[in-house]
Amino acid sequence: MTRLIGEQDYTTVAQDLLTRAAKQGATAADVMVADGETLSVQVRMGAVDRLTKAREKRLGLRVFFGQRSASASTSDFSRDSLERFVAETCALAQAVVEDPVSGLPEPGQYAADFPDLNIHDPTKLQTDQQIDLALRAERAAFAADPRITNSEGAECDSSSGRIILANSHGFLGHYANSSFSLSVSPIASDAGGMQRDYWYGVDRAFAKLESPEAIGREATRRTVRKLGARKVPTCCAPVIFEAEVAGGLLGHLCGALSGYALYKGASFLIGQLGKQIAPDFVTIYDDGRMPGGLGTRPFDGEGLPTRKQAVVERGRLMSYLLDTYSGKKLGLPSTGNASRSIGESPSAGPTNFYMVPGTTRPEDILASVKQGLYVTDLIGFGINMVTGDYSRGASGFWIENGELAYPVEEITIAGNLTQMYANIEMIGTDLVFRGRIASPTVKLAEMTIAGN
Amino acid sequence: MTKDDSGVPERFGMTDREIEQALGRVKVPAVDYADLYFEYCQSESVSMEEGIVKRATKSIGQGVGVRATVGEKTGFAYSDELTPKDLNIAADTARYIADSGRGTEPVPVTQRPAVARDLYPHDRTDIEVATRDRVTLLNAIDVEARRYDPRIKNVMASYNTEYKVMLVATSDGLMVGDIQPLSRLQVTCIAEENGNRQIGTFGGGGRIGLEYFQQDRRYLQFAREAARGAILNLSAVDAPAGVMPVVLGGGWPGILLHEAIGHGLEADFNRKKTSAFSNLVGKQVASEVCTIVDDGTLPFRRGSLNVDDEGTPTSRTVLIERGILRGYITDKLNARLMGIPVTGNGRRESYQSVVLPRMTNTFMLAGESDPQDIIKSVKKGLYAVSFGGGQVDITNGKFVFSASEAYLIEDGQITKPVKGATLIGSGPEILKQVSMVGHDLKLDEGIGTCGKEGQSVPVGVGLPTIRIDEITVGGTKA
Repeated sequence: MTRLIGEQDYTTVAQDLLTRAAKQGATAADVMVADGETLSVQVRMGAVDRLTKAREKRLGLRVFFGQRSASASTSDFSRDSLERFVAETCALAQAVVEDPVSGLPEPGQYAADFPDLNIHDPTKLQTDQQIDLALRAERAAFAADPRITNSEGAECDSSSGRIILANSHGFLGHYANSSFSLSVSPIASDAGGMQRDYWYGVDRAFAKLESPEAIGREATRRTVRKLGARKVPTCCAPVIFEAEVAGGLLGHLCGALSGYALYKGASFLIGQLGKQIAPDFVTIYDDGRMPGGLGTRPFDGEGLPTRKQAVVERGRLMSYLLDTYSGKKLGLPSTGNASRSIGESPSAGPTNFYMVPGTTRPEDILASVKQGLYVTDLIGFGINMVTGDYSRGASGFWIENGELAYPVEEITIAGNLTQMYANIEMIGTDLVFRGRIASPTVKLAEMTIAGN
Repeated sequence: MTKDDSGVPERFGMTDREIEQALGRVKVPAVDYADLYFEYCQSESVSMEEGIVKRATKSIGQGVGVRATVGEKTGFAYSDELTPKDLNIAADTARYIADSGRGTEPVPVTQRPAVARDLYPHDRTDIEVATRDRVTLLNAIDVEARRYDPRIKNVMASYNTEYKVMLVATSDGLMVGDIQPLSRLQVTCIAEENGNRQIGTFGGGGRIGLEYFQQDRRYLQFAREAARGAILNLSAVDAPAGVMPVVLGGGWPGILLHEAIGHGLEADFNRKKTSAFSNLVGKQVASEVCTIVDDGTLPFRRGSLNVDDEGTPTSRTVLIERGILRGYITDKLNARLMGIPVTGNGRRESYQSVVLPRMTNTFMLAGESDPQDIIKSVKKGLYAVSFGGGQVDITNGKFVFSASEAYLIEDGQITKPVKGATLIGSGPEILKQVSMVGHDLKLDEGIGTCGKEGQSVPVGVGLPTIRIDEITVGGTKA
């Protein structure tokens, strides 16, 4: 029952801060407290490389003096220092300019139900157990192919934590979550040089984590297939995004749909609400209450209930991602997407964001391309959110007559995200959540590929 | 507070004796090296948009990281509670890797080298300057950017300051502290004309305070530069795609060196032989006109440090001399395992992170060519003067970086601005393609942040104007 006692302690700390802020003259305030513990194990070449263990806590306070506000955070919970902390936060708020839109959500909007969403698994892994999992994953990677000659290691992490949010409108919510992950990064080499790739599993429940052997084998499959990669001539061709990298296309969509990017004029999707932005077989959801999801939580960073909503339905843009502030700026209600790190004012972001799988098997998508690119890796930051211009380093495979012909690297793919979403031609059946944003395999009709 | 206070354990509520005992608890015979890293960090950020400074945030963090290394192994634990009890718990956890009982003999930490130089002397009052002064500065930026051109529709600016006090006590008997100020001002403008919206950004800073931005009203220049970039992009054409000669302007384009060469020369990757540069010391990896250094000793620069996070004074390390690869940048662990010198490049994001060999300020020395001649030498190519960010896969050496300001070169003349140009190349190959180096070495404005293993640290880069004979440009115009 120590966990419960801890929760009560932090609740007391949070409410104490709200009281102190009010005494300093704050007209409204909210407090977020987070604590957690992590154990991280890295092994390399069959031996332990690094062990990291930590327990940490942090609290964030946001105060309002009418329409002026400021946020602050600290890891020092001692009584004296919190007294000073509240005073400094209040002083900071009074140094900024009034913002007519600022404020907490109205009473009556807050989350009232806190269902069990399966995001906390109390399993405590021992250090030796995590070392064993990581060693097995790396061993499996080496065993799977003799061309694996080196390794950047394998890592097994476990963490658990709690979030408490309280505000001066009387909202008080808390939840616990956990995460277990296992990854391995083998290096393959041949006369042509070295290549690396990796594979990983991550889940909120330890029992659902993929086996170390399966993760190791998949890491090796992905790594050795890159050996012998070469450039291709500059051209325009169809591009298939493997499911792992297709999630990135959805990530950029999230960025463009954030209320903050929209009201600042910094999104290429301004004014597109209700319009067709993709073909009619494209449907995208954001689901904050998907059981066990890595983005799942009962309430958002402002205490509003999370929910499942269609963001793109049959190609039509149905919703932005909004918190109270950015919603007001756009004349819309919050969508329960306030995302917040301790001590920052909220921003807007996805919960579990995914594209609904299509009806074509990934191998049939491949078979549909006579000559084109199958992308398995992207690097670089060549995305302009204001214009949608997109240009990134890529590697993967050249496709000839519906089959992977040879690995390619040191090329770029370029286009514009507005056109890229409109150009989605096929969607695979293979949706797997390995993060908060997930996509099946996606085929785009055409992109510019720069190479030789 | 004076600089000397940074080396005083009482700053963190500890006595010398308590630190020596905790260090002794970790440093059992099986442990090769151990250290305790204490940190207090206070940061403040104010930001402006739509003409009002509506956001202010502040963050205070403190804690201690305890590390023990045994051969290649590292045990690490940290605590945000600074009490002898928590320190001992962290010490016992870090020592777990040595598979040994705790030590009982305190490790004396008597060496307290007087800081022979101070690369960023500061007056505490500059760091704690009133929030209102920062607000005034941001408001002036908004006015200046909008005045630059009526097509500027939105101006966003933020001013971040950080004040970090660190103290490291090591099992080789060293106790050394430092105060590390850091400031950065960033301006972003959005221009709009006939439905065409474009963005321009400009930023800079270093281990300096508000006075740096106020000097000669430098902050107004930041505003004009961001506005100029946004307006310029309104007339930009699509970038070409394919292999062509590229001229890089001086300063921030030095990010090429950071991605293409620098990461590949960090000692950890080379000890593990996972870098494309492994085993290439003494070999020709660049053309003879290239000499590249990493230098942590430049006054006030963003990437500079009096001492690294293991207490080693930073230095100037020659990475490539007239095209020949000379050496790696190291922290204590990798230097010991590889039997090579410690270069003062052991860095960590905070007490919550382990030390890794990281770059400080990485740049190419000036050459002899006239920058104008370099541009004139190109018949058809690209002239890139500013970049967003870059990334590298150190195993195969493939890197990319994205231009935010670039122009076509046609018949030796700079012509149209282009947008969306990404450069991609191979680290071990690209510097062999450098055929001309300008005499105009410039360091960047102080905006660089480098990511590695999830840890971000401030860095600097620099470059004279250079010509790369062949590199792949990733644009949309095939």
